[in-house]
Amino acid sequence: MSRLAAKFEELSKSGRKALIPFLTAGDPHPNFTVPMMHAMVEAGVDIIELGVPFSDPMADGPVIQKASERALAHKMSLRKVLNAVAEFRKKDDQTPVVLMGYLNPIEAMGYEDFANAAQRVEIDGVLTVDLPPEEADFCVSLLKERGIDPIFLLAPNSNEERIRKMDAAGSGYIYYVSLKGVTGAGHLNTADVEERLKLIRANTRLPIGIGFGVKDAETAKTVANLGDGVVVGSALISKIEANLDNPEQACSEIVDLLKAMRAAMDE
Amino acid sequence: MTQHYNLPDERGHFGPYGGKFVAETLMGPIQELEEAYLRYMQDPEFLTELDADLQHYVGRPSPLYHAERWSRHLGGAQLYLKREDLNHTGAHKVNNTIGQALLAKRMGKTRIIAETGAGQHGVATATVAARLGLECVVYMGAVDVARQSLNVYRMKLLGAKVVAVESGSKTLKDALNEALRDWVTNVDNTFYIIGTVAGPHPYPAMVRDFQTVIGREAKEQCLTMTGRLPDALVACVGGGSNAIGLFYPFIDDASVKMYGVEAAGDGVETGRHSAPLCAGRPGVLHGNRTYLIEDDDGEIIETHSISAGLDYPGVGPEHAWLKDAGRAEYVNITDDEALRGFHDLTEMEGIIPALESSHAIAYTTKLAPTMPKDSIIIINLSGRGDKDIMTLAQREGIEL
Repeated sequence: MSRLAAKFEELSKSGRKALIPFLTAGDPHPNFTVPMMHAMVEAGVDIIELGVPFSDPMADGPVIQKASERALAHKMSLRKVLNAVAEFRKKDDQTPVVLMGYLNPIEAMGYEDFANAAQRVEIDGVLTVDLPPEEADFCVSLLKERGIDPIFLLAPNSNEERIRKMDAAGSGYIYYVSLKGVTGAGHLNTADVEERLKLIRANTRLPIGIGFGVKDAETAKTVANLGDGVVVGSALISKIEANLDNPEQACSEIVDLLKAMRAAMDE
Repeated sequence: MTQHYNLPDERGHFGPYGGKFVAETLMGPIQELEEAYLRYMQDPEFLTELDADLQHYVGRPSPLYHAERWSRHLGGAQLYLKREDLNHTGAHKVNNTIGQALLAKRMGKTRIIAETGAGQHGVATATVAARLGLECVVYMGAVDVARQSLNVYRMKLLGAKVVAVESGSKTLKDALNEALRDWVTNVDNTFYIIGTVAGPHPYPAMVRDFQTVIGREAKEQCLTMTGRLPDALVACVGGGSNAIGLFYPFIDDASVKMYGVEAAGDGVETGRHSAPLCAGRPGVLHGNRTYLIEDDDGEIIETHSISAGLDYPGVGPEHAWLKDAGRAEYVNITDDEALRGFHDLTEMEGIIPALESSHAIAYTTKLAPTMPKDSIIIINLSGRGDKDIMTLAQREGIEL
């Protein structure tokens, strides 16, 4: 059983939901990333989505775009993200790590080289925003052969046929994007999400992580009640953006927010 | 290529290129668009309306003009200019925006968005949106907004909202990113008119189909005027819509050579260029797999060209395929060479070409002298140069 599957099983047994923070690797500085990941684990998160910066983040809103730009300004790259995970693994061989990003850096590295490297540093899942299952056969089998879960996104306008495609191609969990739009946008409509989740549950047994629109402890709690995991990204990155001259302050604000979310979700 | 050319396949692939590499939220809208495109391209009523618009609104057919003086000057092949510069709005772009806007109307979309580089596609989109009474938002890199202020003003006059994109390199690629973000957010009422043969399937095929009117006319005109097919076709390639529009109807005519001219900027060897087919490698950007200008890590590199319309790090996936298949040859022309081409045509034929088209003109000045006097080259004069006068004056140190 993959580390992700085991994690969701363990959570399910204890009646808890996964708290899944997103962090752009290398933002605001490459040295920030690994200590931040450890601090997140101490704050009570279950899985970490580590963003691989890309020059053209088409599905991201301004907050994560700027995080990517800051990371790239420090020459962050897919290879360096893999190195960061290797570094993280020296102290933590328990917490699942999912790489999240765009296809081109993987394409440039070479699919096989990437899959081998990801396996070597014990990456648990790979979520590629611009790789729908229709184009993913090759990549999915390379990952699955190495015990890495390919994770796909579902959107509010995904129909039943597409949900079944994600179910067939994906493993680990499914990331439900609760809003039409880019990351960091808009407000959640709980009733809509609830309705969509029924359709999704009817077509997949994979755990559902819900993201987009999770801003604070309250929204985290609401979302936790609907899905199996809560993904929080832009709200955390905003703390980095607001404290560019003081990364320690950013780290402690992120930890505080995650602790508050954890507490609200476990209430 | 002995078989009849019939790409893309049903998944939108040209060999390894093309495809649908987009976020999940866009898969539904792209599917919807593909269905509408396949349906209406077979619909006689739609095609009749499109033809009527191309004739009465755009002013088609555009002439095929025998540039005799220029041909004599170069002393080789006979040069024929396909005069897309004479279209309404001054470039080939409108052939496509007319078609997509009619599709948008059929699909019940009330809001149009577009990206633009030089502003030609933005103007052509704003134009058709004005005519159909649709809301129009055009995304344009902040750098391009500054260097193409005339077109920005034209779009505003036409009632479009122009959004200056400040992210990334602030040029065409970033405008495309921003338009995709808008589309993801407003998929329900919005139609995204992509201006070139890039983006996810069905855009490369659909934009090509709307632009092939260029090649169909040119073929017929050439046969009527000279009694035979041309020996070569020359067109500039940024995303590659004017080039594919000219090339496509000739792909099965093996005797017709095709030259796509990329922008070499300061020179391909300097790294400051916009020539992915000549100096890039395959990757995935903006919804399709194609040749890209990128670094070793797969990050897209800033491109350079004097011509905003060619300043793009990717290229239509069909061109990537035609290159690999050896059916078309892709060459490059520097900023300085393009400027010489611009002056040549202006002074010798009284036609002021767009800086984009000047790349095709400049390559022709190299190619024509190597060919016999009874051979024929068709050059796609994709746009007129009025929009570039300020850029040119600035570059040549002239104050207006």
